[in-house]
Amino acid sequence: MSRSILHRLPAGLKLTALAAAGSAVIWVSDWRVMVDLLLLVALAFPVARLGRGALVQQLRPLLPMLVVLFLAQGLMASWTEAALVIARIATLVLMAGLVTLTTRTEDLIATVERLLTPLAPLGVNPGKVSLAFSLALRFLPVIAEEAERVHEAQSARGLGNSPLALALPLIVRVLKSAEDIADAIEARSGHDDPDCPQEKPQRRARFNPLAALKTVKE
Amino acid sequence: MSTSLSTRDIVYIALFAALTAALALFPPITIPLVGVPITAQSMGPMLAGAILGAKRGALSMVLLLALVAIGLPILAGGRGGLGVFAGPTVGFLLGWIPAAWVVGLLHELGWRKLTVIGSFTHAMIGGIIVLYAIGVPVLAVHASLPLKTALFGSAAFIPGDLIKAALTGVIAMAVKRAHPIIEVRQSQPA
Repeated sequence: MSRSILHRLPAGLKLTALAAAGSAVIWVSDWRVMVDLLLLVALAFPVARLGRGALVQQLRPLLPMLVVLFLAQGLMASWTEAALVIARIATLVLMAGLVTLTTRTEDLIATVERLLTPLAPLGVNPGKVSLAFSLALRFLPVIAEEAERVHEAQSARGLGNSPLALALPLIVRVLKSAEDIADAIEARSGHDDPDCPQEKPQRRARFNPLAALKTVKE
Repeated sequence: MSTSLSTRDIVYIALFAALTAALALFPPITIPLVGVPITAQSMGPMLAGAILGAKRGALSMVLLLALVAIGLPILAGGRGGLGVFAGPTVGFLLGWIPAAWVVGLLHELGWRKLTVIGSFTHAMIGGIIVLYAIGVPVLAVHASLPLKTALFGSAAFIPGDLIKAALTGVIAMAVKRAHPIIEVRQSQPA
């Protein structure tokens, strides 16, 4: 996939813009303005050379919740309030998605690391912090997907929406994969000490914990 | 527990931050009479403390809130961004960090003789009492409400939180049996 102008923008700038825009949309109270903003963000996807599939994929996991929220807000408050809430959530999701899809994780992590460097004298290790960030970013979609899969399996067995039936297998599965992911990271970085100064974060970032999680799942 | 974090600790911290985010995807249940939506997400700090212990549990909540701050819409209702920290319920959010820490500390201290009831009590102390002790005063100041009104308004969430603490107790015990993470605190200097 070719790199668009959004891909080329510095990660720090995109993160700052995202934080600013994310905070700003909270203050929009007119649903029509909010829908316009949503369309604007949606238009940014083709600008970023991301297909319609990427856009749909960002919103699909939220769809059931959006429908419920829309109906609940519409029936209890008003339909304009419902439109406002839904458009705001969709806008936030697409904006965040846009940043994550157009920014390499390495760049995001490097930015966080740079922002944290002044805190090093206070005992904050930027390398470890950025590793935690990058891992969490990678785990987010995997765990959401996994939750959905466990949910389907439990429904098929007639366990329905029992949170226990859902949470327990998910947590045990995720914890079991943690060992292998840690081992894989240590194997890739060549030693088990993330304090080691000569280690470059890029080397760790290139490792894809998704792959490890997937292997463990089978 | 050593003061330094291993790669494995960091993986656990990241996993529980992501897991707490995933809890937001569960559809909220609204209790008809009180009308407040109950989301599974506030089970995150209870689970993080109960399964990872004080330090790693609290750090996973720090990481989660940092991810929220950089704009990821991972809070229940698809909320994210710095705007979240401007709202009157911010205390209930930042309170996740000390809540997870206290839940974790109590689990570490009582780890050997942990029962479902014990774990439930720990989750209740950290995940409800500590959380509300921070959330309610912040709400009162932020929304210029009398403390009593803020407490009364927040109390509608307590039944849901009790259910979550009970689920945490069951899950924590099952995880202790299947895949224990917390190490027993030795009486050695750190």
